[in-house]
Amino acid sequence: MIRPYLQYLLPLALLTVAHNSVAQGKAEFGLGRVVSEAEIAAWDIDVMPDGRGLPPGSGTVAEGAEVYAQSCEQCHGAGGVGGHSGSLVGRLEGDQFPFANDPGIKKTIGNYWPYTTTIFDYIRRAMPADAPGSLSNGEVYGLVAWLLYRNEIVSSDTTLSADNLAEIRMPARDRFVPDDRRGGAVVR
Amino acid sequence: MAGKDVDSTEVLKAGSAAPSIKRRELVAGLVGLSGAAVAGSALSASTAPQRISLDPTRAPGASTSALGNRAGGEQPKRIPLGIISLTPLQDLHGTITPADLHFERHHAGIPAIEAAQHELLIHGMVERTLKFSLADLKRFPSVTRTCFLECSGNLFTNAPEQTTPQMLCGLTSQSEWTGVALSTLLREVGVRPGAKWLLAEGSDAAVMTRSIPIEKARDDALVVYAQNGEAIRPEQGYPLRLLLPGWEGNTSIKWLRRIEVADQSFMTREETSKYTDPLPDGTARQFSVVMDARSVITTPTYPQHIEKGWQEIRGLAWSGRGRITQVDVSIDAGRSWQPAVLQGPVLPKAHTRFTQPWHWDGQEAEIQSRAIDETGYVQPTAKQLLAVRGPGSVPYHLNPITAWRVAPSGEMFYRGDAWE
Repeated sequence: MIRPYLQYLLPLALLTVAHNSVAQGKAEFGLGRVVSEAEIAAWDIDVMPDGRGLPPGSGTVAEGAEVYAQSCEQCHGAGGVGGHSGSLVGRLEGDQFPFANDPGIKKTIGNYWPYTTTIFDYIRRAMPADAPGSLSNGEVYGLVAWLLYRNEIVSSDTTLSADNLAEIRMPARDRFVPDDRRGGAVVR
Repeated sequence: MAGKDVDSTEVLKAGSAAPSIKRRELVAGLVGLSGAAVAGSALSASTAPQRISLDPTRAPGASTSALGNRAGGEQPKRIPLGIISLTPLQDLHGTITPADLHFERHHAGIPAIEAAQHELLIHGMVERTLKFSLADLKRFPSVTRTCFLECSGNLFTNAPEQTTPQMLCGLTSQSEWTGVALSTLLREVGVRPGAKWLLAEGSDAAVMTRSIPIEKARDDALVVYAQNGEAIRPEQGYPLRLLLPGWEGNTSIKWLRRIEVADQSFMTREETSKYTDPLPDGTARQFSVVMDARSVITTPTYPQHIEKGWQEIRGLAWSGRGRITQVDVSIDAGRSWQPAVLQGPVLPKAHTRFTQPWHWDGQEAEIQSRAIDETGYVQPTAKQLLAVRGPGSVPYHLNPITAWRVAPSGEMFYRGDAWE
């Protein structure tokens, strides 16, 4: 039983190797230039939901409160509530998720954002809006700690760093589901 | 033409006395061809647009110019509202949006980028980390494709009856885009086994990011540097943008500078706290990126006044899932429907122009359109959408049938649905 299969397996294996060498081993056009690690690091600022990409440094709730008052409060309101750029703070009783049924309920970090890493990533790349990229990593860690404290997710003595930020579970974490629209007759 | 008697009369728009043009001046203008001769004659290109001839066959027209202008009376405009500007859908014909009228949505303004310095980094789970200059990218095999681009927040809910198509849903535009297939670039860097998502990142002050499934990247994603035959406009991502046909506009990252290949999505702000759709069952739909089929009547609409007799109802229909197969038009508020004519070519994931003749008898009437795409999806009513999404599921991914009412006076008004 084995011998007839071997006849087919060997060429197939060779073909696979040949295919891989085209797909992965060699550039087709030879365009572009090789990049140094330093060049990559200068741009590679994203943080993934499992914490990959979190930089060195740390920040406390108290440090974050100072940064917030200095750089964020004018747009996002005292205590993270009521600013013209939207409230950042607010939990719902029992962590309900009534947004579809009640247009009056505002989304906040505490009631809607599913990952702590997103807060870090977004602040570091885009905030404050008039000087994005101006905060140190420690300041961003402190801001995330303060925002989580204000949303009653961590205690007031929290210090955040790459070691613990991604482990904190957000209240809305399990609310998000994949898109089930597929076209066809059903309206979703 | 040179032999024609050119002792003609022109009037200035302001109504001042008309200068006459002698034959020798015409000859100087046509034959001399020197800049000074043209500029010194009555034929100066800079003054020509202000002058309207009573009989344009009786005087030579304006000379050539380095850049063309729209006719004086034709001035379609976007409506700029800070972070968005809207395309004047009611002023346009066919399916291509002039590049200077393409809608805008910026999250931190339009960056000023020196194209010669701009590079695209591709790294992460790849065999070869590379940076490509714009010149590099233009050396790859080029691809040209016409498709729509629509912001997923493209509905003015609870709009008043004094609403134009532009204000209602002017965050959709169509261009012919040219660039390189993202699949070509991914082969060039060699994607490692296990790669599932890409991060695309812009070089604006928002350093905008979205996660893109690798299937979409390999299917029809483009990295484009041209729009309607010329370099992309700054507000559309100059010098380089991602283009994901059929997907919500936010995913087509402008001012593209970095693509990172990874084994999972990045859960960026725009795909978690924004652009997600809360549902009545207490969940939120995420990565709902394909734009469902939609149509809108562009004329006659507010603020037009129509007269009794024949009109042509015209509009646009599109679907992020493929081709439009049918557009129905109703002239009785949705009680009965007739299939409209689709102007070809009907392209996938593209604005498609539809037309329907209408003999208006002077009575109050309401006109509507509904699109059907190749998956069999029928554009829903607002009531259907509200039933499955809930009144709080705003502002993203809303594509309801919309209606326009004609009063016996011939005035047209938007007839909106209450959204909350």
